[in-house]
Amino acid sequence: MRKPASPAANAVVFINARLIDPASGRDEPGGLLVRDGVIADLGPHLRRNAPDGVTVVDCRNHVLCPGLIDARVFTGEPGQEHRETLKTASNAAAAGGVTTIVVMPDTTPVIDQVALVDFIQRRARDNAAVNVHVMAAMTRELKGEEMTEIGLLQRAGAVAFTDGQSTISNARTMRQVLNYAKDFGALIVHHTEDVHLTGTGVMNSGEVSTRLGLPGVHKFAETIVIERDVRLVEMTGGRYHAANITCVESLETIRTAKAKGLPVTCGVSINHLTLNENDIGPYRTFLKLRPPLRSESDRMAMVEGLTAGDIDIVVSCHNPQDVDVKRRPFAEAADGAIGLETLLAAALRLFHADQIGLLPLLRAMTINPAKLLGLPGGKLEIGAPADLIVVDLGQPWVVDKARLRSRSKNSPFDESKMQGRVLRTLVAGETVYQYDDDAR
Amino acid sequence: MTSSTPSAIFARRHLLTCEGLTAGEITALLDIADKAADQNRQVRKKRDVLQGRTLINLFFEASTRTQSSFELAGKRLGADVMNMNVATSSVAKGETLIDTAMTLNAMRPDILVVRHHAAGAVELLAQKVDCSVINAGDGAHQHPTQALLDALTIRRAKGRIAGLTVAICGDVLHSRVARSNIDVLNTMGARVRIIAPSTLLPAAADRLGGEVFTDMAKGLEDCDIVMMLRLQRERMSGSFVPSTREYYHFFGLDHEKLARAKPDALIMHPGPMNRGVEIASTIADHARSVIREQVEMGVAVRMAVLEALSRQLRND
Repeated sequence: MRKPASPAANAVVFINARLIDPASGRDEPGGLLVRDGVIADLGPHLRRNAPDGVTVVDCRNHVLCPGLIDARVFTGEPGQEHRETLKTASNAAAAGGVTTIVVMPDTTPVIDQVALVDFIQRRARDNAAVNVHVMAAMTRELKGEEMTEIGLLQRAGAVAFTDGQSTISNARTMRQVLNYAKDFGALIVHHTEDVHLTGTGVMNSGEVSTRLGLPGVHKFAETIVIERDVRLVEMTGGRYHAANITCVESLETIRTAKAKGLPVTCGVSINHLTLNENDIGPYRTFLKLRPPLRSESDRMAMVEGLTAGDIDIVVSCHNPQDVDVKRRPFAEAADGAIGLETLLAAALRLFHADQIGLLPLLRAMTINPAKLLGLPGGKLEIGAPADLIVVDLGQPWVVDKARLRSRSKNSPFDESKMQGRVLRTLVAGETVYQYDDDAR
Repeated sequence: MTSSTPSAIFARRHLLTCEGLTAGEITALLDIADKAADQNRQVRKKRDVLQGRTLINLFFEASTRTQSSFELAGKRLGADVMNMNVATSSVAKGETLIDTAMTLNAMRPDILVVRHHAAGAVELLAQKVDCSVINAGDGAHQHPTQALLDALTIRRAKGRIAGLTVAICGDVLHSRVARSNIDVLNTMGARVRIIAPSTLLPAAADRLGGEVFTDMAKGLEDCDIVMMLRLQRERMSGSFVPSTREYYHFFGLDHEKLARAKPDALIMHPGPMNRGVEIASTIADHARSVIREQVEMGVAVRMAVLEALSRQLRND
């Protein structure tokens, strides 16, 4: 989706790197040669020996790994550019070490037609610093009634189909979508929420919601839909992905489906991996999310599910909202949190806390989403696109929302201490972000 | 738990919630309120503690008794009182809240009394203004002065709060009165029982600090205080309970159910009452009903809160 890389002459070798490739399990000192926007060579033999005539970048023993692929990003383009554009989202992504973003169809208008997929791709090509792919709507206007032109949308470049933040509540419609999508091998990504059970609920149902006097949402509002969907997958054979699971019961349902050999996968947002309902504290609306933050035991279950590989991918669920819709009483505030720029740093919290290893953590943000969506990146392999990041795992920093690149500042991690910083981000061999240049 | 210099004990800028108030703070407020209650029974009811101060009643949700109670409390302490009833438009309520807060703040009030239909709204507003803020009810969250006036009513009638068994009955799910009372009563050492049908119990009700009953007769067994809650009309027709008739049958306070409580049990209700829905008419007017005292103590407690907060106001 981007400008073609600059000519061959600009070969660059990264030496003194700790090469980490979750796809192959590689974690060793070495170097990596980039030429023509792709990985031309890599391995221990390049650790200190740069080939002649190429630019040398010394990684100073920091991590060199594939750039992250974020499969769930909401922007405001088109229609709500005051929240976020493809350009601002991609700048945030680049600074966060995310080299590919997959944008959701919840825009104005909804991305439910070929021309709109084309629009996003062209806007991204002209403005975005990272790769942008489109997930198109699976039903027209996200209404959950009539299915979209899944075949034609796929041909136009849609990498998967979703109704974004909406759930198809009609089982028959969902069945038809899965059944039809199967013929194209198209992936159906579903936000799983029984809206009737949710009712007026605005946060996880439990002691915290009761004390705050806020209407709660029981976590089974999510699990019930996943259970239904798994049965529909069993009926149809369609490829299904639960967009953002948040509780242990949903995880068990997915695990059981996988054990049966059904084409079922799931994702979890970085928020549900690293935060819980208690973080809402005194009505912090930046932590008002959909699905809502759950209990600590559910959060731990998500981390364990990720470690075990039952959860396939980690997403930012980046959802920019401006101050006007957030600075309201909790129940009236908009849902969502930005997360592109803090995705890796927040994820590394789990690594630093010894809750998960580096390889399984990165796998869920690189090769796994690449495989799920059929994207070329996410791995260190000769011939793969040079979408790479250099990361200092140890560098401490404090999130300052004023310095985040997103157009909206609704970060749940504002003022949080982080450990681990992206030093450089490359997309197709070109540096799109460098920490040293970040002299603001 | 003994009272000493009240101003030294209740030293907060706002009164937003009962969660976290100490027994000392509550006692301090009740002690001041006791004196105010006596003063209110004199011919000369007025003092000048708040002279020169401006109190604004900002009510985003309709209220008769709470608003007039605060108005009277402010006036009896010599404050200039202004009532603002903000019509709740369906659009941009949040904007209205913040904008109104900023506008009022510019008028330099000393104390803002705020009621809002959304939980947390008063706290949000308190972050935006320079004056003291009193929560007069925010959604299903808290209504601190109601719990304090209930505590004062109980203490004056029973001589103590600690050790009493208090049953809170009715729509606990939507009730800020219940939440504030559960906090205050627990802090003051009472034993709390929560009585409601399961559809009107909040999630994790058993974690709030009370024993939960869905059978009212059992829940009232040997209670010292029966505290009824109001059930809003729109919740009576199938969404939470099947009908008014059925609700009254199982959860309305009648003589039969009341007989399960102690012979000297007090009957309380925060008002306004739905006679024949949550409480039998004859019970509301019962000799052991202290519902009218609650209203009287409401003024006294609000005077106490205003007085205590005013001691924290800047004088320069």
